[in-house]
Amino acid sequence: MSRPNVKGLDPKKVSGELFTLTYGAIVAQLLKDYESDEEVNKQLDRMGYNIGVRLIEDFLARSGISRCNDFRETSDAIAKIGFKMFLGITPSVSNWSPAGDEFSLQIESNPLVDFVELPDSHSNLSYCNILCGVIRGALEMV
Amino acid sequence: MADEVLFDYLHMEMIHEFFNENYKKEGKSEESMTTLELLGFRVGQCVIERLTKDSPRFKDELDAMKFTCKDFWMSVYKKQIDNLRTNHQGVYVLQDNKFRLLTNLSSGKQYVEAAPRFLAFPCGLIRGALSNLGITSVVTAEVAIMPACKFQIQIQRV
Repeated sequence: MSRPNVKGLDPKKVSGELFTLTYGAIVAQLLKDYESDEEVNKQLDRMGYNIGVRLIEDFLARSGISRCNDFRETSDAIAKIGFKMFLGITPSVSNWSPAGDEFSLQIESNPLVDFVELPDSHSNLSYCNILCGVIRGALEMV
Repeated sequence: MADEVLFDYLHMEMIHEFFNENYKKEGKSEESMTTLELLGFRVGQCVIERLTKDSPRFKDELDAMKFTCKDFWMSVYKKQIDNLRTNHQGVYVLQDNKFRLLTNLSSGKQYVEAAPRFLAFPCGLIRGALSNLGITSVVTAEVAIMPACKFQIQIQRV
């Protein structure tokens, strides 16, 4: 029983989409369970925190990176190694505060938001809040 | 290019979240299983759509099941199903001896009671995938010894 080989999409891309789709389904379910966008944001942050706490082990094991000497190195590690390793994107680091303890990560094409459109009724929702939680959890462990 | 671990962690977190919340609110854990299964259903539908975008129609049900065992399983869990059995009357049993979502839990009999909640999402995934291939089914899973598990698929013929 032979069928022409399914060309379709290669496995790596599909697993990325699996992640995106699952995340989308989770957010949709949370929106149904909780009334306010703020609550959902909080839950996403909490979930992200729990994930980040575990993810950091994986990250350190894979990257073999040594301790960062200052905050700038940390920001580079997050943007260039961390994000690249897990999501395949490299956000740009910008907007450093004068005291050097705050910066912004700008993501050009976020794989988490593929196929997603936010309706106006949920304009307060931070869809990617889980990423905030992940970074927070990961950094807290180091 | 999301790593596999991302999905594993997200899945674990999802189970943690939905079981805690519902338990606190109404004390029903079956509802959480249903919720997880429905989530899996949605995702399964989308995944199979993306996977079979360019491929021709399946000749029959068995062909669709084989696709599920090989390509679908390969792209989702990075391995193929170890065993597919059928009674040719609409019941299929898929056996995976090293189910990826269970390998981190234990190997052996420990934590077998906790295993069902990890299988709700995969069951939904299969059901969703099959439903978008035109097959209505009921999917259940059982675990005897971790990390091997069996998915039983019963085709509903109308």
